Amino acid sequence: MSRVVYVDNNATTRVAPEVIEAMMPYLTEYYGNPSSMHSFGGQVGDAVEKAREQVASLLGAQPTEIVFTSCGSESDNTAIRGSLLANKDKRHIITTHVEHPAVRSLCHSLGKQGYSVTELSVDSEGQLDLEELRQSIRTGTALISVMYANNETGVIFPVEEIGLIAKEYSIPFHCDAVQAVGKIPIDLMQLPIDFLAISGHKLHAPKGIGVLYIRRGSRLLPWLVGGHQERGRRGGTEAVPNIVAFGKACELAQQHIEEENIRVKAMRDRLEKGLLESTPDSRRNGIAENRLPNTSNISFEYIEGEAILLLLNEKGICASSGSACTSGSLEPSHVLRAMGVPYTAAHGSIRFSLSRYNTDEDIDCILKELPPIINRLREISPFGRTSQVPTPASY
Amino acid sequence: MGAIPDADAVGEVGNIQCGDALKLYLKIDKSEDRITDAKFETFGCGSAIASSSALTELIIGKTVDESLEVTNSVIAEYLDGLPEAKMHCSVMGRDALEKAVGNYRGEEVTDHEDDDGVIVCQCFGVTDNKIKREIRENNLTQIEQVTHYCKAGGGCTSCHQAIEELIEEVQGKQPARAPAPVKPKKLTNIQKMKLIQETIDREIRPALMQDGGDLDLVDIEGDRVLVSTRGMCAGCASAPITLKSFVEVKLREFVTPELVVEEVES
Repeated sequence: MSRVVYVDNNATTRVAPEVIEAMMPYLTEYYGNPSSMHSFGGQVGDAVEKAREQVASLLGAQPTEIVFTSCGSESDNTAIRGSLLANKDKRHIITTHVEHPAVRSLCHSLGKQGYSVTELSVDSEGQLDLEELRQSIRTGTALISVMYANNETGVIFPVEEIGLIAKEYSIPFHCDAVQAVGKIPIDLMQLPIDFLAISGHKLHAPKGIGVLYIRRGSRLLPWLVGGHQERGRRGGTEAVPNIVAFGKACELAQQHIEEENIRVKAMRDRLEKGLLESTPDSRRNGIAENRLPNTSNISFEYIEGEAILLLLNEKGICASSGSACTSGSLEPSHVLRAMGVPYTAAHGSIRFSLSRYNTDEDIDCILKELPPIINRLREISPFGRTSQVPTPASY
Repeated sequence: MGAIPDADAVGEVGNIQCGDALKLYLKIDKSEDRITDAKFETFGCGSAIASSSALTELIIGKTVDESLEVTNSVIAEYLDGLPEAKMHCSVMGRDALEKAVGNYRGEEVTDHEDDDGVIVCQCFGVTDNKIKREIRENNLTQIEQVTHYCKAGGGCTSCHQAIEELIEEVQGKQPARAPAPVKPKKLTNIQKMKLIQETIDREIRPALMQDGGDLDLVDIEGDRVLVSTRGMCAGCASAPITLKSFVEVKLREFVTPELVVEEVES
């Protein structure tokens, strides 16, 4: 295969070679069941416990507060459904307009089952208003669920303040941290968060493994009911190779988090600055600071994102878009629309998300290949010439 | 691709809000009524650009009358087929061609059949005539297909009922509906009792408790569900109405339509 420039790491990441090495023995010789009485299975149980400690260490949590699941969506479902089940009298949920579908679709579905759902709005820079959160709280509020950082724009939410407000009213707080973990330091010793969902494949572990952090003393009924695994909080035989892989990936993330915030951020900033300077009528979506160090969301006005992606793909560059064509519906990204990004820009949005495996050459390649693609598409766009385009709405 | 500055006809469809738009330029030899050149400007995804390009290749050399035989399915076939969800791209090509021909012949574009009529889909501004045309010409039977061909119903979904009626009107029969949730044909007594108790706990008691009331299941005799009210419900003048219009309705919805709810002293 020819050279691939992979800048779609918020979608999924490359599995780290060290992670593959760590999990391999559990796919081959150590195939025991951790629940078995014999020591052949028992030694596998030890590996699961070691992985639990590695995950806990990255999050500033206790190992007993870590529950392994199959993915981020399962972690979100377990936290939201499980805490509602444990608190049946209250039937109001507060969340945001910009959640990942794992939370958003679930809340919409609960909305049809007798729950009322308040979705907090964001401003043009993608930020929440904590006053709106306070005003949304009712006596019947069962749960607050707000993501740590947005998957499309990378905007980081004030989870500490949200947690403190939730605590003030004794409302459980669930945080979808799938995009944040491994990219920015998270310390649950300091953060008032009751449930936190993370996913392995976003931080260089394989797909098929997630974690739900459950703060000690939090009320939650198991959603996936089965055996006694995970202290009765999630039934099902442990996915040992994936769990070992996730543990190793967390250990690596801890080692690399400084690099992520210096080298990766520098590459991201160079890419963003270069594209905004070289391409007229382009704009960044989301606030400049207080954003994940790896994510950049840029709109190229008057052209369509999927067309950009197809031409980028020809050059071996992998990114993603918030355009309607790629969202699986006819509407462009709900996140960008919630921010009031005009249609002209929302359809032409491209998300670049980097990882520690990206290089300066990758950035050079995008800076060289993308501007001609934009020009080519604008030349054939009926909106491409400034004299014809409507003035973009102010935002 | 690109513009023809001295074009004899121009047809423009779509807009930026919808996510795609096409502007078609034609050069026409007036003595023969023949299209000698066609170019396009497209805002849209790969399929939209490909459909526009296919359209120009299909119509160059044809007379204006011949060109109108290029329907959306001809465009889609020329491209070796389009995914269902992208069929509206080929429809957009045909629409732009029709508008350009209208423009050439001096017909007012607003007289076009598609633009007449009542807007059914507010999200994408699609009229009933346009929807009926796509249903008729492409033999559509489901709302989802209508959305694929002309986008109608792809946004807030509030027009789905209206689209279904249009399908019925054109096709003259009941459109294929999503199958109703399957209920077990005949519940055993144990299953029925369990389902009644579950429905009371999940659907009924939480709502009553919001108003300070509550309800207990006392007994089930055949299809008679005997309950007793508690809290604010007990002795409340509207309790009998609540039992009939809410409790009984819910139980009939979730368990079986034959149930009758009666209040007894606990």
